[in-house]
Amino acid sequence: MSLDQSPDQTTELTMDKAQPRLLDAMSQGLLGTRLSRPEGALKVTGRAAYAAEHLPDNLATGVLVRATITKGKVSHIDSDGAKAMKGVLAVFNGDPLVRNPAQGQAGEAPAQVLPEVHYFGQPIALVVASTFEQARAAAQSMTVTYEEEDAEVEPATASTVDKPKKSQSDTGDLEGALRDAATAIDVTYATAPHTSAAMEPHASVAEWKDGRLTLHGSYQMLKHNLAELADALDMSEDNVRILAPYVGGGFGSKLGIAPEAVAAAHAARELKRPVRVVMGRDQVFQMTLRRSETTQRIRLGCDASGRMTALAHEDRVSNLPGEAFSEPVAQGTHFLYGGENRRFTHEVARIHRPGTGSVRAPGEAVGMIALECAMDELAEATGIDPIELRVMNMRETTPADGLPYSERGLERCLREGAARFGWDGRRPAAQRLDGDWWIGMGVASAVRTNQMEESVARVTLQSDGTALVETDMTDIGTGSYAILTQIAGEMLGLPAKKVRVRIGDSDLPKSSGSGGSFGAQSCGSAVFLACKGLREWIADKLDVSPADLTLRDGVATGGNVQMSLADFAGLPQTSEGHVKPGDTADDFAIAGYGAHFAEVGVHADTGEVRVRRMLGIFSIGRVLNRLTAESQCHGAMIWGIGSALTEELMHDPRDGRIVNHNLAEYHVPVHLDVPQLDAILLEDTRDDQANPIQAKGIGELGISGAAASIGNAVFNACGVRVRDFPMTPDKIIAGLPDRP
Amino acid sequence: MDVTLSINGTDHRLDLDPRVTVLDALRHHLGLTGTKKGCDHGQCGACTVLLNGRRVNSCLTLAVMHDGDEITTIESLGSPDALNPLQDAFVRNDGFQCGYCTPGQIMSATAMLQEAEDGWPSYISRSLETDPDLTDEEIAERMSGNLCRCSAYPRIRQAIAEVRDARGMAAE
Ligand code: FES
Ligand code: FES
Repeated sequence: MSLDQSPDQTTELTMDKAQPRLLDAMSQGLLGTRLSRPEGALKVTGRAAYAAEHLPDNLATGVLVRATITKGKVSHIDSDGAKAMKGVLAVFNGDPLVRNPAQGQAGEAPAQVLPEVHYFGQPIALVVASTFEQARAAAQSMTVTYEEEDAEVEPATASTVDKPKKSQSDTGDLEGALRDAATAIDVTYATAPHTSAAMEPHASVAEWKDGRLTLHGSYQMLKHNLAELADALDMSEDNVRILAPYVGGGFGSKLGIAPEAVAAAHAARELKRPVRVVMGRDQVFQMTLRRSETTQRIRLGCDASGRMTALAHEDRVSNLPGEAFSEPVAQGTHFLYGGENRRFTHEVARIHRPGTGSVRAPGEAVGMIALECAMDELAEATGIDPIELRVMNMRETTPADGLPYSERGLERCLREGAARFGWDGRRPAAQRLDGDWWIGMGVASAVRTNQMEESVARVTLQSDGTALVETDMTDIGTGSYAILTQIAGEMLGLPAKKVRVRIGDSDLPKSSGSGGSFGAQSCGSAVFLACKGLREWIADKLDVSPADLTLRDGVATGGNVQMSLADFAGLPQTSEGHVKPGDTADDFAIAGYGAHFAEVGVHADTGEVRVRRMLGIFSIGRVLNRLTAESQCHGAMIWGIGSALTEELMHDPRDGRIVNHNLAEYHVPVHLDVPQLDAILLEDTRDDQANPIQAKGIGELGISGAAASIGNAVFNACGVRVRDFPMTPDKIIAGLPDRP
Repeated sequence: MDVTLSINGTDHRLDLDPRVTVLDALRHHLGLTGTKKGCDHGQCGACTVLLNGRRVNSCLTLAVMHDGDEITTIESLGSPDALNPLQDAFVRNDGFQCGYCTPGQIMSATAMLQEAEDGWPSYISRSLETDPDLTDEEIAERMSGNLCRCSAYPRIRQAIAEVRDARGMAAE
């Protein structure tokens, strides 16, 4: 069935109020189980084809050329030599090449600024040749002359600093409250810029046929990518199709259409043959969006009992001029703890380092480092146990707006996590030496805002009694194939092998896509609604009410009738589900919660930090697949280890360029950095305000606060408080205590 | 240049630009895209294949240097309908997320188990004389050349440990 054919039925829902927990009344017993990934066998045998692995006949290869200045203008590209090289087909510079990837959900082309250059490493041309080796050699041989301009690259000293109005607030009398507080702290934290570094580099294979473009791409949000690509190429999105059935990781870096896709599509159009463009790893570092560096000043004040009266979180981040995104550092701080006198300021330095954008858990991933380490400092200063201090400062309603919280498992996670981790074995700072290692424990809260996005999905009950689920959703490693199989199977009473999921095709109904931890719940809700419609259709055929219908193992039972799904007249029946966010998103503070516990060793001579144990416990409403959800927690916690200890993009202070643009010098955690982890998802939680399936996101919650628990453990181990992340040994060694 | 590579037991005669790596010979010239490119610089392990039985980063070596050599890729292990024990353990333990590093992890683990069985010590082995105990930490050390940004590390090692146990190899 094609896009414009209307479905047999449609079920719509705007999430204006809590919905019945229909999934709990189902009987297949598939949802929430540890179903292994339906596409797993293809991935472990190398048969799942990622973007660059489509090899149409006559495929040419393009390699992007980068700017070697920070700011100015390309005055001349001497491409004659390159064009004379064997195999070279063309050199493209100027329109429509884009400066950097689109921001998530932009839905329009990213900046097209050539011949201007705005950062070191910006794509300025594409060389296309018959083979990769030829294109690469030609790209390296180009002589480019520039008119260079001065550029600012330091966030701290930038002369243009924006203060977005909606991100500033001042409530009560902060200074007065801090003055009157029994205990107050005033600390400034810094976090390094990060990069997503998905293992699959950004890649596109573009093919044109009869005026229509098909792009095999590595992208997270196809409906937006479609609009962005069409806009960049100045064409109608009706004539673009993007295919992304397998995506080798995204973490935000593949939210928006990127330079390689626009370049490949343009070159293929001009050359009338398919073109593949894959970013080299160094290019992925340089021309995709990074996470901004941050500086964060936190001030906290509490009374003698530990109750907070003052809280301020003031930060500075950076981005290129004109980019709408800025790392929402204090996003979690707004509603996590009380303190009636509050101040938030948010500054965006406009500089010419490579652009910044969403990287796994934008906001909380770094904001929670400062907040949760500062909470530990307050606990230390007051002598109150860090868990008690946190629980004591949870409020009944949100401090800023007085909104009720929806499901909030924070206290339960802190207490259950403490019991499981053996928190009562924690000692005061710098008291446990085990051989050459100071040992310590740390805790931090986890919080990540939760949102559902508009989504459509189509489910067809086929003539053979199986189901086909179709949406333009993507699976970037998150488990979409598995959880959509499970939701449909649960609702329709089908085992997993009788459900087929087709995703990653922009011709299919438009979902939220993958991003912001909203994919599973948004797209899952649309599949749920489509299946709810099918249940009503089946009930109608059996002449019973949907509540009296039981679907299990492919058999419908209602009234006194039992009938195999394959035997229903009128199949195939096609049902669409369409969900939209509504009033609950405004009436409640909806977020995922959890707690991180870490035990580290700090080497008594070198200051090296090793994570010995780590436990994360989370409350996310309904768990759709325990196996894949735990894997998301593992991944996120390990990102926490990386941001705590090793990950740091380094910018040359002279020109802002990324110096360590490779995996040998930008240190993502490796096997030996990571012990076996405990990831626990609370059972039997439901968030009725979140969406009709009562589920919340997990892929980002697991990183939020993780690095702080390690920072706090480092302090507890050796008494050194590091306020500059990552906590490399050079920041620890000078403060190490003498051995007893 | 003419070169004959024996890939998964079949000889392939190729006329290649001398700049073509083993990895790109597989991916671009033979359509064997199961072997992945993550960095092209020997820094991630996604391109791991067996070269005459030993694991190598196939992006770091040129195809024309390997006339007559035997190359084993992920395509030669199990098939989707008949996974080999390691592949099956990866699926059941969820030893991957996006799956992009996975063929490299599996090829690397295949060779690593053999190395341990053959008594090769690692940097962290306690003794150079006795057979190494393939503890979780030993597996981690021996697999640290294979990056996984999804960070499926704990479960990759659980999958490998399952196969270690099935092969009766020492763990403690
Ligand atoms: S692609 Fe060969 S090591 Fe990364
Ligand atoms: S599974 Fe995605 S990089 Fe390893």
